[in-house]
Amino acid sequence: METGHEIREAIARRDRSAEEVTRAALDAIGRVEPSLRAYITLLPERALAKAREVDAKIAKGEPVGKLAGVPTAVKDLFCLKDALTTCGSKILANFKPPFSSTVVERLDSADAVIVGKTNMDEFAMGSSCENSAFFPTRNPYDLEGVPGGSSGGSASTVGARSVPLAVGTDTGGSIREPASFCNIVGVKPTYGRVSRYGMIAFASSLDQAGPMTADVRDAADLLGAIAGFDPMDSTSVDVPVPDYGVGLRDDLKGVRIGIVRDFEDSIAVDPKMAKLYKDAYEDLRKLGATFVDVTLPHAKYGLATYYLIAPAECSSNLARYDGTRYGVRVDGDADVYAMFDKTRTAGFGDEVKRRIVLGTYALCSGYYDAYYVRAQKVRTLMKHDFDTAFAACDVIACPAVSCPPFELGAKSDPVAMYLMDYFTIPMSLAGIPAMSVPGGFVDGLPVGLQICAPAFEEARMLAVAHAYEQATRHAAKLQPVVS
Amino acid sequence: MSAALETVIGLEVHVELSTKSKMFCGCLNEFGADPNTHVCPVCLGMPGTLPVINKRAVEFLCKAGFALECTVAPFSKFDRKNYFYPDMPKNYQISQYDMPLTTGGRVVLPSGKAIRLNRIHLEEDTGKNVHAGGHMTTSEATLIDYNRAGVPLMEIVSEPEIGSPDEAEQYLMVLRDVMLYIGVSDVKMHEGSLRCDANVSIRPLGTKELGTKTEIKNMNSFKSVVAALEHEISRQHACVASGERIVQETRGWDEVRGLTYSMRSKEQAHDYRYFPDPDLPPLSLDEATLASWRSELPELPAQRRERFITQYGIPQYDANVLTQSRFDADYFEAVASASGDPKQASNWLMGDVRKSLEAHGLTLSTSKMTPAALGELISMVKGGAITGRAAKEVCDVLVAAGGDPKAIVEQRGLAQVSDESAIVAIVDKVIAAQAESVAAYKGGKAKALDFIVGQVMRESRGRANVDVVKRLLMERLG
Repeated sequence: METGHEIREAIARRDRSAEEVTRAALDAIGRVEPSLRAYITLLPERALAKAREVDAKIAKGEPVGKLAGVPTAVKDLFCLKDALTTCGSKILANFKPPFSSTVVERLDSADAVIVGKTNMDEFAMGSSCENSAFFPTRNPYDLEGVPGGSSGGSASTVGARSVPLAVGTDTGGSIREPASFCNIVGVKPTYGRVSRYGMIAFASSLDQAGPMTADVRDAADLLGAIAGFDPMDSTSVDVPVPDYGVGLRDDLKGVRIGIVRDFEDSIAVDPKMAKLYKDAYEDLRKLGATFVDVTLPHAKYGLATYYLIAPAECSSNLARYDGTRYGVRVDGDADVYAMFDKTRTAGFGDEVKRRIVLGTYALCSGYYDAYYVRAQKVRTLMKHDFDTAFAACDVIACPAVSCPPFELGAKSDPVAMYLMDYFTIPMSLAGIPAMSVPGGFVDGLPVGLQICAPAFEEARMLAVAHAYEQATRHAAKLQPVVS
Repeated sequence: MSAALETVIGLEVHVELSTKSKMFCGCLNEFGADPNTHVCPVCLGMPGTLPVINKRAVEFLCKAGFALECTVAPFSKFDRKNYFYPDMPKNYQISQYDMPLTTGGRVVLPSGKAIRLNRIHLEEDTGKNVHAGGHMTTSEATLIDYNRAGVPLMEIVSEPEIGSPDEAEQYLMVLRDVMLYIGVSDVKMHEGSLRCDANVSIRPLGTKELGTKTEIKNMNSFKSVVAALEHEISRQHACVASGERIVQETRGWDEVRGLTYSMRSKEQAHDYRYFPDPDLPPLSLDEATLASWRSELPELPAQRRERFITQYGIPQYDANVLTQSRFDADYFEAVASASGDPKQASNWLMGDVRKSLEAHGLTLSTSKMTPAALGELISMVKGGAITGRAAKEVCDVLVAAGGDPKAIVEQRGLAQVSDESAIVAIVDKVIAAQAESVAAYKGGKAKALDFIVGQVMRESRGRANVDVVKRLLMERLG
């Protein structure tokens, strides 16, 4: 399957109908789904109905949305009215929300065709998709490998070229790491750029929805469709949404790129990875960019900071799952607290429980100042680090990951898994936009290059990524093992 | 020895704000609807939903703050108070912990004593558990009504400066009056729009240090606040007298048995794990907004009471009663202006009108009598068109059914009769019928005359001009 913008243009020219495209996408998904298992729920009827609606509009000469007829997958934590929305958890195994998330509504009004809800680590907690309560998803470039996480299903289905567009969410790297693993583009926008309304919360001050796409232009189009202020989300920011597709560039003349010196020792541990990133920076230089050394002195505290703030917020966000109002209930023999206990014991997986306990502890009186308050202070310092860095450069280029996709079951130690987010967490804590764009291959498997920019400068970040992508075309160099 | 101990009470009063919609969503804020009809994904705490601050609730709280002389914070924030309870949809309550909207302030009791306030903060109410088929321990099922979940609630926290159950009641009455005046709540304790918890301790008279306190909950009326506090204070006195230690704990008030019982000890107290709500950015209020809210405040009960005394020359007691509600005070001022006689307006409202209202189970706001009608009635008495006695009858009709006093006087033939020829016949008839009283009067019992006058008035159905009656009687009885 081609890119989203190619499909959109073909439909607009009436070379193909949206229905044909949708059927082709559903067929493609059907062929690879037995080996990948990227979806928790497929929505063929809804997709075909939407496709016919688009075709009818085009037939009547009516205007259509920016993503008209483009098959799109959404992570299974976006509420979609009357459709199963599980968040990858047993506790929501039967949950059909009576409303749709703002992201879903904006996709609908952009005339995108939503084909299904993708698999994910339970409550977006994980970096491999293995924490899904239902089944793991596979990497389309290595069926023994993980697709990354937590937006693993979205990355896998786009990486397999079944659909060109998917929406994921990123709290500490959950879009960028799986994008890197699956040879696709993944964008975590500025915190507040995309509405969180109807997006099931993990860590409210960090969660952000973003595009996971075949190429940078698709990411620009998809971001344009879902971004913008939402009165239903008080943390969304009322900053105009530019047409991200307009500013995409083919060269980097005059662009100052910051290279993070603090990351060099960490990536040097793996010489192959270090070489890949060295080559990537060299490609950027060839495009006309100049380089600036920047430092992020507090980045080394990123993981520790993140693993206090995110669990603290999750311990509170996930308190509502008690079996009373919705979701799965385990009876408590007439004792409501026994019902809570049994429901949560049966409904949550190990990683979710681990983080709830961690966060509950961090918020306890007596520990609160030492952990939560201190972590927030470090977070502020991290923001200052980036402010200082961006005073000297336009964007930062750095590793997205420390390794190519690993095999299922390879990281059984939780901390080893947490370390997967080492290069992505600082940007999440600072709330700035960051993305992964295909950057080449290590041991024959995809690795992404991370590019980040100051808050609300997604256009600048996408422009640089586009120039790099057009010059290197890494994604096209490797074909999925299933198709 | 109980005589050497003094009582220290601090009150935490919850007042539901009467905004149109709930605190963080668009659902109607309305008491008494069918269960779970004013709910939406947000106030049910559905996954993915987010709160949006109701600006009107912030305005209402700030106005209450201004009325109670609090310092309103231009910058405050919302926090999550975490605990599990099935009537709380998210298992946390959005409240304000260390940066409340207002700090300081005071409530001035009718005695002149001022009780200082610690703070007022804004939060969301919880739903309500309904124990099907009676009591919590005997019912077969517990049902939850989430209509109340998310209703804006302000918590007014006093300093521990209330010295007796009586003062506690006065404090609550002043708060209620102020809230009604500024129109931010209907403060009905029986509907739960005003709720109150009390922290109670005792200490040796004249000492500064606070004794061990207990927190009393479940008081559902002003009366039960007084009863619960009285009971708890005597329980604490008994503890001290028998050498027992007072335990810091939460105690519930059992209305039926008339006693407080232990709910949970300090050790069992929740750790609420407060932290700033990441779904809500801090709230900042600019000078201009705060100034405009302050300027919209009406005259408050205490100010109005003083003005009534000085401007209208009515007694303190009457001024207290008439200013208790803004409606009654407005009503009084309208009657005073319509009749041109504020003292009479006050006398009527405090006396005959009140009696009639009580008899008919009405209040000034539910009665159909307009201030203009009462004002006219007062003018009619002053102008001699009807007697005071007949006016009482007209007043009762007005209270019960409304209408125009002149028309009622006409219909009922209650116009005052001053024509001697008409009164003479009645006077003679009464003298003939009341021979005994006449003899007593003639024998020197001056009081018997009052009785005879009363009989004449009765015979005339209150219409006879009492001066004329007295003159005619004197002429005849010498």
